[in-house]
Amino acid sequence: MTAVAEPRARARERTTTERIVRFLNKTPIHIGLALIALIWLAPTVGLLVTSFRPRSDIQVTGWWEAFTQFRFTLNNYTEVLQSQGLLQAFVNTVIIAVPSTLIPLTLASMAAYAFSWLSFPYRDGLFLLVVALLMIPVQVSFIPLLKLFAPTGLLNSFGAIWLTHTAFALPFGIFLLRNFFITLPRDLIEAARIDGTSGVGIFRQIVVPLSVPAIAAYGIFQFLWVWNDLLMALVFVQRGDSWPMTKAIQNLLSQYGTEWHLLSAGAFILMAVPLIVFFSLQRFFVQGLLAGSVK
Amino acid sequence: MAVVTPGGVDAAGVATTAAPATSPATPIAGRRWDRAVILFLGPPALLLIVFLIYPTIYTIALSFNRGRRGEFTEWVGLQHYIGLLGDKSFINLSTFPPSGAIWNNVLWAIFYTSFVIFLGLIVAVLASRVRYESIIKAIVFLPMAIAATALAIIWNFVYAPDANIGLLNAVLDPFTSRAISWLGNPALVNASLIAAGIWGSVGFATVILSAALKSIPSEILEAARTDGATERQVFFRVILPMVSLPISVLAVTLLVNVIKLFDLIYVLTNGGPGTSSRVIAFTMYQESIPGGQFGRGAAVTVIMLILLIPIMAYNIRRFRSSRVV
Repeated sequence: MTAVAEPRARARERTTTERIVRFLNKTPIHIGLALIALIWLAPTVGLLVTSFRPRSDIQVTGWWEAFTQFRFTLNNYTEVLQSQGLLQAFVNTVIIAVPSTLIPLTLASMAAYAFSWLSFPYRDGLFLLVVALLMIPVQVSFIPLLKLFAPTGLLNSFGAIWLTHTAFALPFGIFLLRNFFITLPRDLIEAARIDGTSGVGIFRQIVVPLSVPAIAAYGIFQFLWVWNDLLMALVFVQRGDSWPMTKAIQNLLSQYGTEWHLLSAGAFILMAVPLIVFFSLQRFFVQGLLAGSVK
Repeated sequence: MAVVTPGGVDAAGVATTAAPATSPATPIAGRRWDRAVILFLGPPALLLIVFLIYPTIYTIALSFNRGRRGEFTEWVGLQHYIGLLGDKSFINLSTFPPSGAIWNNVLWAIFYTSFVIFLGLIVAVLASRVRYESIIKAIVFLPMAIAATALAIIWNFVYAPDANIGLLNAVLDPFTSRAISWLGNPALVNASLIAAGIWGSVGFATVILSAALKSIPSEILEAARTDGATERQVFFRVILPMVSLPISVLAVTLLVNVIKLFDLIYVLTNGGPGTSSRVIAFTMYQESIPGGQFGRGAAVTVIMLILLIPIMAYNIRRFRSSRVV
């Protein structure tokens, strides 16, 4: 017993000195990381604090002095939501984002299933075409689709932006989901085929339930992509009362560039949903973004 | 034919008795048509053709046309492209340093890409040495969640010339005689915008590089250290070569970001002051939508496409070499 305990005690001794050395070695690391955290938090926290300060205070003192004065209000939020119409813009963003997520999610899953588990000529060549389409910038759609949509009235509804978002989301969705579907156990799908399950049945009862993590990651990625989009909305949403929040806030900035009580509150209303998604679904969120790095 | 069972019929009409594992209905492309293909691939294929492939061809053709009202009115050959090369707000090589939208994209490509990777690597390495690694990564990653529009508001706030509003001018206040106009000075505006862009993307690089660093087997690092390698040698000779693939993938992603960059510029400076902070995607929007110069806008889009083609080829090659099929 003692023979075993002796080296152990020596090891502990070594780790104690090591611990001190390690702490001293790590001090610069802690300082560096504190600085990094400060640089990455201060701008956002500053805007958040500002959004709760009365307009009169914002114009006189910096947000970093708010903690000594301690006067906070929700008036900025009520003002920007009601008189500046951001409530309507919030509703519009939801109306744009939900179908622009669900439609590509459904269609991309279907196409990905065809590319992974159905047989047809030139399948792999067509899949490479999908990979190539990943890189097509949305700018190619502006002129031709404005011409195409003009006679249909879709530009005055949400139809135009739903369709365009869907089409440009498909290549990435098909790519991501096909690469996941193909890893599903072949035996399982073959067994279902032998049992006489139809293609639709295999898709709904086996492929989709087994692929929930991949579909969720894609769904979250696409939802945030559309929620945060400004460019497509500038082009394909033409009625002022249909503008999403991104356009409404950009408008607010160009009209009241120094009204920080409105801009800060507006920016946080825009950020609220992505931040909730980020904190509640962080794992799927990071996965979706990492996978989306090819987009 | 929709459902293939052992004992089905293959493309040549020969009865097959293959075992399930080698059945034609496996992820090996065949000459056969599963009837379900129309059902599953029809709607997405239709959308891709109408809203993606057709517009791409239309835009390429329109770039060689006068393109009034976005219609094919008169063939003009390369006129739009020649016009763009003579447009000082698009590319101006006559001064030093050069200027114009294309040049600004070059500045973004060099500084944004290198700083994001460099800082991402630093944060990933530093954070891996401490217990609160995940908190640091979450803080740095947070800007990835928010809209470029919100990011623009945040940085408009940081850069505000009023020292009671703008954090940066407040910090520099004791050292400067008067507030610096970060976004109003043509000599500073691109650096200010790129800094905001870097701030927004470092978290992405951190997460990717952190995962890459963690995938290096600790035995390799131990072996190098046992052989007497210094920490610096371990970093440059062992760690860096082993994360070179993730770094190149990251660099390609960031370059795509640069070519497609629009929202941040549009909201923060609207391409200004004057035209000094324009980038190619901004010029495309400005010429086409408010400007109504559809032929010229199409030509700018084609230039964007040309810049993206090498990246497209790189992605296809990477995909083909790593494929499971």
